[in-house]
Amino acid sequence: MRDFPLRTRVFIAAVIVAGLLGIIACLIHTAHAPDVFLRFGYIAALALLVFASEAFSAALARSVATREGVSISVTMPIAMASVIILGPWGAPLVTAVVALEPRRTPWFKRCFNGSMNVLSTLGAAWTYALLHAQLSSDHQIQVFPSLTSMDFRPSSVLIPMLAATLVHEVINGALMVTVLALAERVSPWRIWFGTMAESALPLFIYSIFGLMLAVVWLTISPLAGVLVLAPLMVARWVFSMFSARQEAYESTIRSLIQAVETKDAYTRGHSERVSRASVMIGRSAGMREDRVSSLRYAGMLHDVGKLGVPTRILQKSGKLTDEEFDAIKMHPTRGREITKDLEFLGEAVEGILLHHERMDGRGYPNGLKGDEIPEFARILSVADAFDSMTTTRSYRGARSVEEAMDELRRCKDTQFDAGFVEALVAAVTRDGWDVVDTTNQVTPSGSAPAMGSDDDDPTASSELGLGLATPVDHAALDAFMSEIVRDGGIHGLPTGDKGSTP
Amino acid sequence: MSRRSDTRSVLPLQLAAAVVAVGSFAYTASNPLPEGILGAGVVFGIFIALGEILRVTLPGGRQAAPLAAAGSLAFALLPSFKGVPLPGVAFAVTVVTLASIVGSLPRVFVGRGIHLDEVSQRVLMTATAAALIAPWPELLNHGELADLSDVLKSNIQLIVMVVAGALAGLLEIALAAATRANEARMPFSVALVDELRAMIGITTAVTATGVLMALAASKSMDYWALPVFAVPMLLTQFSFRRYSSIEATYLQTIRALSKVTEVGGYTESGHARRVSVLSSRIGSELGMTERELTDLEYAALMHDIGQLAWPDPFPGGATSLIAPVHQRRIAELGAEVVRQSGALDSVALIVERQADSYRPGPGLPDESLPLASRIIKVANAYDDAVGASLDMERMQYSLDRLTGATDREYDPAVVDALARIVDRRFEQSYS
Repeated sequence: MRDFPLRTRVFIAAVIVAGLLGIIACLIHTAHAPDVFLRFGYIAALALLVFASEAFSAALARSVATREGVSISVTMPIAMASVIILGPWGAPLVTAVVALEPRRTPWFKRCFNGSMNVLSTLGAAWTYALLHAQLSSDHQIQVFPSLTSMDFRPSSVLIPMLAATLVHEVINGALMVTVLALAERVSPWRIWFGTMAESALPLFIYSIFGLMLAVVWLTISPLAGVLVLAPLMVARWVFSMFSARQEAYESTIRSLIQAVETKDAYTRGHSERVSRASVMIGRSAGMREDRVSSLRYAGMLHDVGKLGVPTRILQKSGKLTDEEFDAIKMHPTRGREITKDLEFLGEAVEGILLHHERMDGRGYPNGLKGDEIPEFARILSVADAFDSMTTTRSYRGARSVEEAMDELRRCKDTQFDAGFVEALVAAVTRDGWDVVDTTNQVTPSGSAPAMGSDDDDPTASSELGLGLATPVDHAALDAFMSEIVRDGGIHGLPTGDKGSTP
Repeated sequence: MSRRSDTRSVLPLQLAAAVVAVGSFAYTASNPLPEGILGAGVVFGIFIALGEILRVTLPGGRQAAPLAAAGSLAFALLPSFKGVPLPGVAFAVTVVTLASIVGSLPRVFVGRGIHLDEVSQRVLMTATAAALIAPWPELLNHGELADLSDVLKSNIQLIVMVVAGALAGLLEIALAAATRANEARMPFSVALVDELRAMIGITTAVTATGVLMALAASKSMDYWALPVFAVPMLLTQFSFRRYSSIEATYLQTIRALSKVTEVGGYTESGHARRVSVLSSRIGSELGMTERELTDLEYAALMHDIGQLAWPDPFPGGATSLIAPVHQRRIAELGAEVVRQSGALDSVALIVERQADSYRPGPGLPDESLPLASRIIKVANAYDDAVGASLDMERMQYSLDRLTGATDREYDPAVVDALARIVDRRFEQSYS
């Protein structure tokens, strides 16, 4: 806790106190409720389910060892069902159990997570109770819902449930974003839109599952409630396998590409950066997200055909002979040969084949002109040139980003597509570009055997130019963000372990 | 739920399912149904038939229709509908069989055949589940348990349904494993492990959903139970679809990228692909599990990646013909590339040890050497000598050479397996 600045610590302490007060209020009220024993029994049973679901998620995080993107929380539906079954003074007691999650998490984070859940559940439960009263026949606010008979007409439960889930997410998100913004000194809005944008579907899923669990719990039997969660848990499990696979997939492509790049010391990390620049151009030009994703792979794989070019030529520092230049010119064709069977690449394959075409028709291999060149190829061409200029090559030093952008602008319409040049300039101006000096990039050797022709050259180590000089605070923020979105929304402070240490 | 297998020879499985189904038809036709039950049968039947159309591919290329399975289980377990008790096993089997066949018709019309194995398994699963719960209503209402409280009774009923559903699901998995063991000529135990690994998730979801549908339909929700509880199942199905699609893409990508050594002139055209196909055959011949086979396939595809770090290609890319110290260096470099991806450590280990001798010194073999590495070593050496050639003398010659080196370099069991595969190839080309 001492790592945090004072204002963050004060905020965390305030939330914890508020949460504790909430728990005490809930306990006092519930102790005076009708059916007090059954009510506490249900609270205990639901709390046990929350605990089990947290343990399940923790086990998945450990065994699958991945940073997941958007996933599904099994805890949320239980929380939402508690809102229906137990009402505003019972449900927070269920979600407070999150503080007991079985991970190696510092005490203050546990307490903060628990308090945050108490407060958001309190808000959600009151929202549900008030709206439900509005829509039900007798307009009676049910502070302690009956445990035997309940009004389950879709017209009186659906909208309150959705609203309650939304309120839960908003309170949770607001507390979480505030603590992050205080700790990291970043704009709260940036974090907010980074994490909440994708939570519309989970929101709907949680409402439906919460409703289903409550109906089954009350009309069939609490035991049958567990069955509602089974498909959800299976889905959660498969989703995390999916994320692990996806990650494995991308890192495999990356490391294979790096193996290719070892042939030329100057192109280390080039594919990765071209991929990044292409994505920036695609987004900036307003492309659809699936095309952008395809573009990312296109950037990564655009030079894969360089393998067919003899190492001697790639590493030559003087002027190339005509034959040598012809050999280099073969690489887009070979790249296409390698990638043509990859269905998911789609138009990216043509992009790889044609990324050395020029707008004036003087490029290779086909000498296409202007609009004859597919969009992907035009984007790759801009990104490729941009990265080549901003990194050191055997024949010249690196240019600055500004110089490179001026050069791109100078060559638009003859060599590059003007629109995509402007898209890159706009994106780089807005988000910046991390320049890497490939000549001085000495990577830690020793652990990994050298990959280059000279076994003793530390710069030829296999850990290649991945070190896209990412500022430290960004990396920390990314780690924070990925932790937050792990459960499909903002549900808790990052746990101490990043889920990767077994 | 079985592997992709269209109409094949009639097996004991199909025969058993046919007997059960025909018996049930006959019984149902000759006995009158209780009032209102026909309607329930029709609605569940429609649901099962629709579920049969909404199929999903599971990891390992398995096909499944989880909604159809859940609907079938629900109908088998359904205790009563609108207060009327269900007539028993025969009617459940009749409805499930007919619905599954009707649901398969669209496939038949587009000429893709009916999943006969899967329908047979489902028929037997339904019969088992229905038979397991059949005695319970009597016990609970009139037998020894009749005096228990209603809450206790309904929980007993729930547990009985879950257990019956789970047992029926396990039976279905075992039947699928038996079918596969028979088709792929592999030990039943290995097939069962594979099948359990691949199916346990979806079977859990199917069982839970089936039980819930049955309970909710009999209690208060009537027909609504089917669409409502199909929603969670659809989510599960969606997650499986995404997972299998990334699996397929992964394999496709590794296959494509394994060509880089060929395009670079390091290895002969098609070498990596042929070594991987041959390795997989040897692996199945030696009874490897699906998971081991997947690792083996990846490792075989990437076994020459280490050559990329070599300054100049070897003549013909035949790594089995160069000095052992170089072979090992390439293996290490390749393993390093694979290991860097961070996700394929088991594959990296296989690649790393592909060049090691079976017997490091005179006498005992190296126990720590993975079977997959031994397989790749043999397949690689065989392909270096034979390549894409179909010349039988050449095949026999290189096989003899491998056999001759089993005292030190190669695992005799692997070479034997290769010999059996090559023999079969001879037979095929003669016939």
